[in-house]
Amino acid sequence: MNLGLSEDERMIADAAADLLGQRSDSAAVRNCIEGEHGSDTALWQQIASELGWCAVGIDEAADGMGMGAMAQALLFEQTGAHLLCAPFFSTVALGANLLTHCGSESSRQAMLPAVADGGLSLSAPLPSTPDWRTAAEQVEARSAGDDWRLDGQVDRVPDAAYVDAWLVFARCDAQGDIGLFRVDAKAAGATVTMHPGWDATRCFGSLRLDDVAAERLDEGLTLQGLSQATAYARLYLAAEALGGAQRCLELTTAYVMERKQFGRAVGSFQAVKHRCAQMMVAVEALRSGVYGVARLSEQGAAIEHLAAECAAVRLQADEAFFFCAQEAIQLHGGVGFTWEYDPHLYFKRAQAARHWLGAPEALAEETADYVLNEVAA
Amino acid sequence: MGAPETALAQNPVDQIRRAIAQWMAEHLTGEFAALRHRGGPGDEGADPALRKRWEREMAAGGWTCVGWPEAYGGRGLSIDAQVAFHEEYARAGGPGRMGHIGEGLIGPTLIRYGSDAQKARFLPGIVEGRTFWAQGYSEPNAGSDLANVQTRCWQCDDGSWRLSGQKIWTSLAHESDWIFVLARSEPGSKGRHGLSFLLLPLDQPGVTIRPIRQISGEAEFNEVFFDEAVAEADGLVGEPGKGWEVAMGLLEIERGVSTLGQQMHFAHELGLVVEVARRNGADRDPAFRARLARAWGGLRVMRYNALRMLSGGDDLKLGREALIYKYHWSNWHRDLGKLAMDALGPEADTPSEDPAVRRLQQVFFFSRADTIYAGSNEIQLNLIAERGLGLPREPRG
Ligand SMILES: Cc1cc2nc3c(=O)[nH]c(=O)nc-3n(C[C@H](O)[C@H](O)[C@H](O)COP(=O)(O)OP(=O)(O)OC[C@H]3O[C@@H](n4cnc5c(N)ncnc54)[C@H](O)[C@@H]3O)c2cc1C
Repeated sequence: MNLGLSEDERMIADAAADLLGQRSDSAAVRNCIEGEHGSDTALWQQIASELGWCAVGIDEAADGMGMGAMAQALLFEQTGAHLLCAPFFSTVALGANLLTHCGSESSRQAMLPAVADGGLSLSAPLPSTPDWRTAAEQVEARSAGDDWRLDGQVDRVPDAAYVDAWLVFARCDAQGDIGLFRVDAKAAGATVTMHPGWDATRCFGSLRLDDVAAERLDEGLTLQGLSQATAYARLYLAAEALGGAQRCLELTTAYVMERKQFGRAVGSFQAVKHRCAQMMVAVEALRSGVYGVARLSEQGAAIEHLAAECAAVRLQADEAFFFCAQEAIQLHGGVGFTWEYDPHLYFKRAQAARHWLGAPEALAEETADYVLNEVAA
Repeated sequence: MGAPETALAQNPVDQIRRAIAQWMAEHLTGEFAALRHRGGPGDEGADPALRKRWEREMAAGGWTCVGWPEAYGGRGLSIDAQVAFHEEYARAGGPGRMGHIGEGLIGPTLIRYGSDAQKARFLPGIVEGRTFWAQGYSEPNAGSDLANVQTRCWQCDDGSWRLSGQKIWTSLAHESDWIFVLARSEPGSKGRHGLSFLLLPLDQPGVTIRPIRQISGEAEFNEVFFDEAVAEADGLVGEPGKGWEVAMGLLEIERGVSTLGQQMHFAHELGLVVEVARRNGADRDPAFRARLARAWGGLRVMRYNALRMLSGGDDLKLGREALIYKYHWSNWHRDLGKLAMDALGPEADTPSEDPAVRRLQQVFFFSRADTIYAGSNEIQLNLIAERGLGLPREPRG
């Protein structure tokens, strides 16, 4: 297994770093989160329609670029580092991912090409439980001929107001099972309410659905498909966290070199150096984890194994990102406590992302279950 | 993965993997069967005589020094093939290598810095599993600050060298034939200047070896006293006064590929912890399960970290992942030792006759050394901050 990056992968990562370094710098992010619209529409247009970022991980058969999870993870690393305020994660890591692993052949063929060319942005609920289907608890689906109608409430939908369509889990009364549905944002009877969060770089909304037309996307949700979608979503969350943690380290290293106390750079004090070094250990260990699991997934690992690895790397990511964000504040001293400096943006994101698709305890439990059942002594 | 059988069979890495696995299955048997999973860190006392015979068995099979160039008796294996070798060796329960310091440290150092005569004289003994080496760097006042060595050496008229002073923490000196030392050849010199790198036999009147009992009760390391001990003229590696260069080159080698096989040992140890937990019910305790999950995740990361290091090709340069590697594995291993003891509960408190339990107790104790030798935690963090992040350097003496 080769963990080196291919030329294409490196190019994608470098181009993303360049673009976001210019277009999603601190000023741009602040403009967005303090402005009217919590999403940078122009930047989203550019990355989705012109640069084709959404196509990277989509199969060639569906007009995507068919690159693997590594290329995808590298992009998320950059969007995480630059706190991109646009529905990229929602569209790719939630929408396209759920569609790919849980959708029927025909729904994939119908929707993925539109996602790939940047013409269709998506989102889906991001519950705090390991089982995505819990998002169906308050939604009911009724079949009406070939069509479906949905009623109820969907919480925790990131970028809800900024996307074209939502993927919604709902209970199908007649069959007693749970299905995955597409609801268009403009559909009659659908109302979105956005809820300001401490982490303003990713806004969540809730949906109120009153007899809303919907299209069923799956032909019966399988455990296998759900596990796969969950695994990839967790991997990409970990990749975002990697970027965030790396950025915290960079901000901190730069600051401790520049800030002088007692006549010397505070970064020359060993206590400070060691904390920075520990941040680097956390970041590089996380990088190894994310890149390793991404490659593993490209090689077609058994889903049970891949799921455990993704749970473990998500857990590692939570801890590494939070640690780095916390140290960033501490090592910036007073300015680290201000609105003006950036560490708090990462700190808030690190905390907010902690429970998505499973809090640390749940992730550890899932991993342990695999280790105790599968790992032969 | 997923490649057809025929392609696999042609892959040289896979060929080595199969060859060593098969050889181990055939040879780690009979009297050697008792060595399975023995002699690792913390277990160096395990039947050294038999383990030396095992080295000769390995040599006869052509399995010593597999990464050395063929010209020096090795197999010239690529890094990937070496990793495969180490993995399969460990998977088969191959015993801790008595020849490790010769094969992994002084041999490569001689290949890089030694004269032709030194190569011809010393390398065959290592390849054949006949000569065992000790590393004489640390002194009572030169630990992390290795450049502070005070052991003196001087050259006599006949060209031979004399050495006086003391080394300490010398692993397996009592089981070794030769030692390589760093000593001060220029009186009054300070720090890294004026040091020379010498090779000398341990079995001579000027050398006294005293065991030091370790935290585990065993005596794996020693004090080594030199009182006008003799090194032949040919015992000087590199130029006089330039020993630091040689010693540093060696430390780079120490961080190289041989540490990769260790992950298989770690996986084995983690498996033992799982077994214990299943046996005594710790596997139902949520707090234990959470720690186990993290240990497993950490081991996977270690593997990916190594693979990242290797993806740079055959050049194990000190990339970011290489910089954190030692700090990461040593602290992981320490945590594993603690987890093992906690899983054992009261069973941890008494020296056990059960080999699996004993092994875990050894991990608990010996892993404390992992964060001290080969650059302590604090020294590692200094290096990471300075080389990895460009933060200001520590004052150096
Ligand atoms: C099991 C074992 C086997 C060994 N085998 C060998 C061997 O075969 N040959 C050999 O030559 N040596 C061997 N050593 C010695 C080992 O290399 C030294 O113990 C190590 O270099 C640390 O030196 P010290 O023990 O003098 O500790 P010290 O250097 O005195 O360190 C004491 C404490 O101070 C910290 N410290 C020191 N300097 C700094 C600094 N600049 N910044 C921050 N903290 C600092 C250290 O991290 C440590 O916590 C072995 C050691 C062990 C434990």
